[in-house]
Amino acid sequence: MTGILSIVGLQASVDDKEVLKGVNLTLKPGEIHAIMGPNGSGKSTLSNVIMGHPKYEVTGGDVQFDGESILDLEPNERSLNGLFLAFQYPKEITGITLEEFLLAAHRAKQKHLHPDRPGILPFRFQKLLKEKMEMLKIDEKFMTRYLNHGFSGGEKKKAEILQMAILNPRVAILDETDSGLDVDALKVVCESVKAVQNASEEPMTILMVTHYQRILKYLEPDYVHVMKHGKIVKSGEKEFAR
Amino acid sequence: MSEDKAIFGDLNRDTFDHQDPADYMKKFRKGISEELVRHISADKNEPEWMLEHRLKAFKYFVERAMPSFGPDLSKLNFDEICFFAKAADKKGGYENWDEVPEYIKNTFDRLGIPEAERKVLAGVGAQYESEAVYHSLEKEWKDQGVIFTDLDIALQEHPDLVQKYFMKCVPANDHKFAALHGAVWSGGTFLYIPKGVKLEKPLQSYFRMNAMGMGQFEHTLIIIEDEAEGHYIEGCSAPKYGANALHAGCVEVFVGQNAKFRYSSVENWSKDTYNLNTKRAIVEAGSRMEWVGGNMGSGVTMLYPCSILKGDGSHADHLGIAFANADQIQDTGAKVFHIGKNTSSKVVMKSISKAGGKSVYRGDLKISKQASDAISSVECDALILDPISISDTIPNIKVDNHSATISHEATVGRINEDDLFYLTSRGIPMEQAQAMIVNGFIHPIVRELPMEYAVEMNRLIELEMEGSVG
Repeated sequence: MTGILSIVGLQASVDDKEVLKGVNLTLKPGEIHAIMGPNGSGKSTLSNVIMGHPKYEVTGGDVQFDGESILDLEPNERSLNGLFLAFQYPKEITGITLEEFLLAAHRAKQKHLHPDRPGILPFRFQKLLKEKMEMLKIDEKFMTRYLNHGFSGGEKKKAEILQMAILNPRVAILDETDSGLDVDALKVVCESVKAVQNASEEPMTILMVTHYQRILKYLEPDYVHVMKHGKIVKSGEKEFAR
Repeated sequence: MSEDKAIFGDLNRDTFDHQDPADYMKKFRKGISEELVRHISADKNEPEWMLEHRLKAFKYFVERAMPSFGPDLSKLNFDEICFFAKAADKKGGYENWDEVPEYIKNTFDRLGIPEAERKVLAGVGAQYESEAVYHSLEKEWKDQGVIFTDLDIALQEHPDLVQKYFMKCVPANDHKFAALHGAVWSGGTFLYIPKGVKLEKPLQSYFRMNAMGMGQFEHTLIIIEDEAEGHYIEGCSAPKYGANALHAGCVEVFVGQNAKFRYSSVENWSKDTYNLNTKRAIVEAGSRMEWVGGNMGSGVTMLYPCSILKGDGSHADHLGIAFANADQIQDTGAKVFHIGKNTSSKVVMKSISKAGGKSVYRGDLKISKQASDAISSVECDALILDPISISDTIPNIKVDNHSATISHEATVGRINEDDLFYLTSRGIPMEQAQAMIVNGFIHPIVRELPMEYAVEMNRLIELEMEGSVG
């Protein structure tokens, strides 16, 4: 049984300390999976290793995307293949605006998908961006602000989902996207995630990492997994988390 | 995001490295002598005082030692440099772009100069080798008494003005390269803005060296009368040959009372050029002088724009970017001398070192005895892109009046791995992600440039960042 994202006996360490100790997980197209568990259980490490953070060393096992190992791919190549990570702590980058950044990301993606087509014109992209910002109830003025610079915690999380909406990934990992959001913002974010999921030809597959039950109410998972000490210790269908 | 941005958007390495055939060089000899100095003056039909000034400067040049600080200049061989060469023999350049020889026109076309003139500038000057090939100024400003021309022409047409100011701000005996400049200077810009005239659009001059082993010694003389305002931009480039070229230009700015002037430059000489430049301004009471500079090119750069805050309440801003790539030394900085009362200055310098390049901030701040209540802040930030590159900060501060408020801040950083991961995780290739972060780093300075030049600057950074991965 191959999924769109398969994690097979994955082991990883940081600074010679083993954090992932054999994680197994298979996500089939369109499924929503939730990973829960206490701080330090390895949830965020798992997200970062899947995306290819250079800080982590994979010491065993494999991560397969669409049946092929992606461990040798750079983060940008993983992204172009259709993998997306909504960061728990998005970085603040000064000197580059949200709009410039997303235009560059969108163009990289389009160039990968359609190498012979010319890049999107800035004004067309602006229109697309404005639509998505409206959906997420993000003020237009954020377009010209430096990427995440001076954004509140909630604004940063919304901006992550905005990036997801622009890039239209096949698999999205949402790393504690719910933390820092008030109930209204959480609703908007979850509705937007669903809207992106349903708008795609191939329904987006979602892996969400969370501490809280709260998000599961708005974004209902098909499967819930519990992680502890670098391993998935329990898995079940959606009723399991309640 | 408008199409204006595209003027310099297509620049690439070939744009700068393109070499025109240089058959005209056969007529010109290498090396420097009194005979050459006399020849230059005679060729330009200069007044007697200028010849005397040149000869005196030549004497200083012979006597003075090489600079005792900074980068190694021992490989600079004066016998291998051509100090004076003309490609197009038209005094003061053409006023009509169509008359400029085709191959020279193409070179400036490639660099985007005529297009920038049409779209954003009030006037343009273009110099090729030792002399100007083109000069223009919108009629509106001509009618108000603004003079914007080649300095060779100004010497013929406005001899009194030139004599009154020429090398009075940077004396020929200042240092060895000021002396050399005084002896062999040729071409350059003369800008005069009369009292109360506020120039709304910038003026630009572009200096291009083409032939191998060339030396360019243009002199920029700027006189801003009381209550006048203006903005002047200089661009420079040269193709790469693998033989040393020398640029020893000189910029003098006289800012009258309650006036405002901004001098911006984007210097992109080829990596085999020694760029040993002297730029200085004297600022009178209530006036403001702003230096905005980007140094990308040259093998060795020594450049420390200087503001002499002579008048009470005068102010200077020094904003600079230096990019030191492989085999480059960017020894740049700022000098500010506070002389008047209630004077203030602000220095912000950003340097980037990559692939073994070395960037040095060399500052010189002096608060003189009579300069009460001076305020000065200096901020230099260095970004080092890899372990083999170097950054250094050498601030020299001398305070003789203790009512002064002075701050000096210096930071050195590397590109954060988490920042790169964040950008690349969105599909952006590593090289582009690094260029984005570097462009972000220098953005506080680049945003002070007119938009078209900011785009050029960012494009130049991207070119420098090429090949930075792997």
